[in-house]
Amino acid sequence: MEKLISKYFIPGKTFWLEDYLADGGYQAARTVFEKYQPKDVVDLVKQSNLRGLGGAGFPCGMKWSFVPQNTGKPVYLVVNADEGEPGTFKDKYILVHAPHLLLEGILIAAFANNVHKAYIYIRGEYVFPYETLKRAVEEAYAKGFLGKNIFGKGYHLELVIHRGAGAYICGEETGLLESLEGKKGFPRLKPPFPAVVGLFGCPTVINNVETLSYVPFIIQRGAEWFAKLGSDKNGGLRLFSVSGHVKKPGVYELPLGISLREIIHTYAGGIPGDKKLKAVVPGGLSAAILTADEIDIGMDFDQLRNKGTMAGSGGVIVMDETTCMLKALLATMRFFAHESCGQCSPCREGTGWVHRILERIASGRGRAKDIENLLDICSFMGGTTICALADGAAMPLRSYPMKFREEFDYHIQHGQCDIREVGVPIHA
Amino acid sequence: MNPVFTSEIKSKADAILAKYETKRAPILEVLRLLQEHYGHITLEMEAACAEYLEIPPIDVREVMTFYSLFYSRPKAKTRFHVCRTLTCSLLGGEDLLKYMEQKLGVKTGEKTPDGNFFLETVECLGACEIAPMLQLNDREYVGPLTKEKIDELLNKGRKG
Repeated sequence: MEKLISKYFIPGKTFWLEDYLADGGYQAARTVFEKYQPKDVVDLVKQSNLRGLGGAGFPCGMKWSFVPQNTGKPVYLVVNADEGEPGTFKDKYILVHAPHLLLEGILIAAFANNVHKAYIYIRGEYVFPYETLKRAVEEAYAKGFLGKNIFGKGYHLELVIHRGAGAYICGEETGLLESLEGKKGFPRLKPPFPAVVGLFGCPTVINNVETLSYVPFIIQRGAEWFAKLGSDKNGGLRLFSVSGHVKKPGVYELPLGISLREIIHTYAGGIPGDKKLKAVVPGGLSAAILTADEIDIGMDFDQLRNKGTMAGSGGVIVMDETTCMLKALLATMRFFAHESCGQCSPCREGTGWVHRILERIASGRGRAKDIENLLDICSFMGGTTICALADGAAMPLRSYPMKFREEFDYHIQHGQCDIREVGVPIHA
Repeated sequence: MNPVFTSEIKSKADAILAKYETKRAPILEVLRLLQEHYGHITLEMEAACAEYLEIPPIDVREVMTFYSLFYSRPKAKTRFHVCRTLTCSLLGGEDLLKYMEQKLGVKTGEKTPDGNFFLETVECLGACEIAPMLQLNDREYVGPLTKEKIDELLNKGRKG
């Protein structure tokens, strides 16, 4: 399998400017600046079927085409490096190993959207990735890849790295914009969408780190080539973060549409101790879980949506047969209860109630109506809030009791788990 | 001159402000600057920050309490932020957290009486490939954790 982004993921190595240039770096951006019109770039990216790889999967070229260029206001580019969807850690690898690849993607995206000011919003906990990126930006400024008169074409681009301060919700694009404007990260009501009214009230393009890092490859090798790497309407490769009960956790760059079975058993080496697979989170914690017999599925945005779950951020969390599903759901819902920003009542109250009910069941004090109550709360959490956090909580919440109902009932009736394995990490 | 924004801090803050469109936008960076300098952020510093950014003090309070990386009380010398989200939980993170509580004689969210150690849980830090993991001193990621690894971190903290 050919590697694109991940060819740079050499342990202990960062491709600083010199290394990146030696590898043909910034050639794609140069081509764009010398030979293309902005519209050509947008068209290419559209044809490539590049999807938004932060989680939503929105076609990148289409997103760019929504940006109005005639408002008299500046257009901003905001790069979402607030990687926080549990089970996802791929953007960190790009920031640490190939910061200039991201910067080149930014340069091309800026050109395509007539942007002269870009922000990278990086999560505050990523200290080393921040320091790496900061040094790379300084290198790019020093050598004229950022700043004034880029490639001698009179084009200028300012880039500011902005650090978050610990809040999952700031990965939601409008929460991110609020945070970038110096406020708490309360997501905004949409419409208007950020493409029209975004940062400081101006048209704004928001893209994930990985999405932008694929753009230089599309320029160099063509939209058709990229589209063909993936599956129908899901162009290219993506970086799957694989963790949990697998022999080789890590980042795997594979075609969109590859089967989940292959990711788990071929690439991540299967399950340690030859235990059996029980369930998988296919696309970050907000995705509905799949059972062991549902893993023959193509991992792209459309196929997973048709299965009632989602490709999301590409975070694959594998659970073996010793996993207590109640405890797994408890860890999941504790996360959402903790990270709900508190703006909308169904989410603020709902995630808290669910967390407390699950804690009570886990402590052996489950009640007969608990599951019905959980599903009831679930039904009013989804689709009733400003942002998708509540939907992201409702999806796993519905899927666990739906697929492992007997186990939940056993917990409630017996006050304990039916997983008898001794010494397993999550146990009764 | 404002006693919080010494001339050194003010010149650094001014340089940050110059990169942004509005005065309030870089509040996280300005608070981080104060925290790096003073260790933690007092109410007095919040007020000074509000004055500097020309926003009401309550807006600074709101930001301070919304985000989790700011300290409003003095920091312990060694700080452990232990991840408890799904992958870390699956791989034994919660048992290791209990082990740390026992070893340190504190509950999660507490500082040891000598002020040397602080133990806290956090949600996913984006390092599930090294689960179970923790962040040490708001900086380094450490994992996969074992009891031996934790003993080593505690010994280092006691000596350090």
